[in-house]
Amino acid sequence: MTRIIVRPPSRLNLPQWRELWEAREVVYRFGLRDIVLRYRQTVLGVAWVVLQPLASAGIFSIVFGSVAKLPSGGVPYFLFSFAGMLAWNVFNNVVSRASGSLVANQSLVSKVFFPRLLVPLSAVISVLIDFAVAFVMFIVLLFVFRVNPGWEIILMPVWLLITILFASGIAVAASAITVKYRDVTYLLPWILQILLYATPIAYSLAAVPKGLLWLFELNPLTWLLETVRWSTLGQPIPPVWQLVALPVSAIVVFLAGVLVFQRYERGFADFI
Amino acid sequence: MRDTAISVEGLTKTYRILRGGQATNRITDAVINRLRHPLQRPKFDEFHAMSDVSFDVPWGEAVGIVGRNGAGKSTLLKLLTRITAPTSGLIDLGGRVGSLLEVGTGFHPELTGRENIFLNGSLLGMSQKEIRRRFDEIVDFSGVEKFLDTQVKRYSSGMYVRLAFSVAAHLETEILAIDEVLAVGDAEFQAKSIAKMRDAARNGRTVLYVSHQPQTVTALCTSAMFLERGRLSYYGSVDGAMEAYRDTFESYQVQQQDADSRPGSGALRFSRVAVTEQTQDPVDDIVIEFATFANPRLIGNYFVSCHINDNDGNVIVQCDSRLTGDWFDPDKERRGELRIKSLWLKPGRYSVDFYLCQSSGVLDIWEAADSFEVLPSSPYPEITIDDAISHGTVLADFQYEETR
Repeated sequence: MTRIIVRPPSRLNLPQWRELWEAREVVYRFGLRDIVLRYRQTVLGVAWVVLQPLASAGIFSIVFGSVAKLPSGGVPYFLFSFAGMLAWNVFNNVVSRASGSLVANQSLVSKVFFPRLLVPLSAVISVLIDFAVAFVMFIVLLFVFRVNPGWEIILMPVWLLITILFASGIAVAASAITVKYRDVTYLLPWILQILLYATPIAYSLAAVPKGLLWLFELNPLTWLLETVRWSTLGQPIPPVWQLVALPVSAIVVFLAGVLVFQRYERGFADFI
Repeated sequence: MRDTAISVEGLTKTYRILRGGQATNRITDAVINRLRHPLQRPKFDEFHAMSDVSFDVPWGEAVGIVGRNGAGKSTLLKLLTRITAPTSGLIDLGGRVGSLLEVGTGFHPELTGRENIFLNGSLLGMSQKEIRRRFDEIVDFSGVEKFLDTQVKRYSSGMYVRLAFSVAAHLETEILAIDEVLAVGDAEFQAKSIAKMRDAARNGRTVLYVSHQPQTVTALCTSAMFLERGRLSYYGSVDGAMEAYRDTFESYQVQQQDADSRPGSGALRFSRVAVTEQTQDPVDDIVIEFATFANPRLIGNYFVSCHINDNDGNVIVQCDSRLTGDWFDPDKERRGELRIKSLWLKPGRYSVDFYLCQSSGVLDIWEAADSFEVLPSSPYPEITIDDAISHGTVLADFQYEETR
């Protein structure tokens, strides 16, 4: 039988990957709990998942497409913003659902031992379900609007993985910091709101003035959105440096987030 | 490679308490503070919750952990279950540790009993297969099979606790850590739980049991540790630990007289607690005088609560002023008297704990505030052998009459 040795955590406290893997069922159970809780005692139930992306894509196409008359690269505006929302919703939902998860489960964190990293990570499960539903709708819409994205659409799982790495890196760090500083809960939605407008989700980069373009290109989410729209709508392919920088930065953000989490982790049970 | 269930070497847990007021929980404040005082490092006071504790627990023991408030019992359990990390030292565990710190954590009120069994089980470290295999056993043991598909929020508190305990009791971990669960549930369920824990130890597993009621330790454990202010001062037989517990009463009493060393928020404290008659007969009224300081800035009235404990630390009676509707205003110093009528204590030594609380929290806990002796004089008309009063915790004013 293997013995478990517990020592004080060192400065650079790497997660125990094996332990995380062994406790993977916790992620599944947490995810299941989130889903059950979200749709139990709601009037519309699962219809929410379908309505939400449709409504936000609808409002964007009215505001930006019909009122502001912004260009959409030759595809119907509704489809254009729907594709943007696909990626953005994954990012936004992972960050906002996971960031408060540790505080919401504080009784668990202070009374039961399990790898705490699993708490924020389990938020990904319910987001994936939402994504799956929205993606099926997107495919239907492609047929309705007769848009052929080409073979690139099969790359979607790769972009999805990158989005999740990005988002969970930020979310995991935010959830850990929230344990110590509760006002992160108020700060984060505000930052997400700004990002929503600072990222070409409802508009295309073509609408951005030349002088400001560099500012938009600093934002990794811009690379992501451009890549997703290349892959799903047959838009022009983004520059190669963006295609390379995207996965690299996603991995860096994820690992950095995990390290921040681990740094705070030893104090969780004492702080909460 | 050791062959013990648990080996601990030089285990220390230090908490850092920020000096000079409250730590901020706002990131904006933290950033502003850092900008204002870029060179100043925050100063901390160190508090040793556990200092340099070493021991080996062999397989198949049921170890009771006793100690007074703040002695580090819960800290030790939290360290062994890996909920909190040690500051220094080493813990070497011979297997998985299943923990049962306050039953029902991890239960979600909106989920059904069935869903909670799976969620809780996986949190405690059981695999889906394991849970499915033992599912019927768990349900059987808890006795809530009729309500399996009911949301847990509709359960009575008894059902809730029974289900939660059942899940944890069916854990197949090699080590089981338990923090005071036997106080809950009805008598029949308690007996079942005790039997379950005895079985666990008999099957070669190791049980750690923290209790504030030492009598359950005597009933359940094969060995015991006595913790005193974060140090392990005795580890051996249960009787030995209980003796160490009793022996330290006086030094504990002296230490507790210093108001600053007592637990509670400290916004208002007792200045004096004294039993008027240090020796008394079983039938005498117990009269305890108490006095409190004043704190005009404190908002809201407070109530006091008194525990009378026997020599082993078991609470015999609780006299809470909420029950009599007595609330006190903290605006000035107050003196009061608690008179306990018609309680016949058995001969022996008793200690008195006093609590000063508001609805929002506990202000002062004064354990071992005073003690008194009940003399071995029988309140009953006939003199008999000890056998007639040795069973039972207290005496009572009773009579037998023949009825037709």
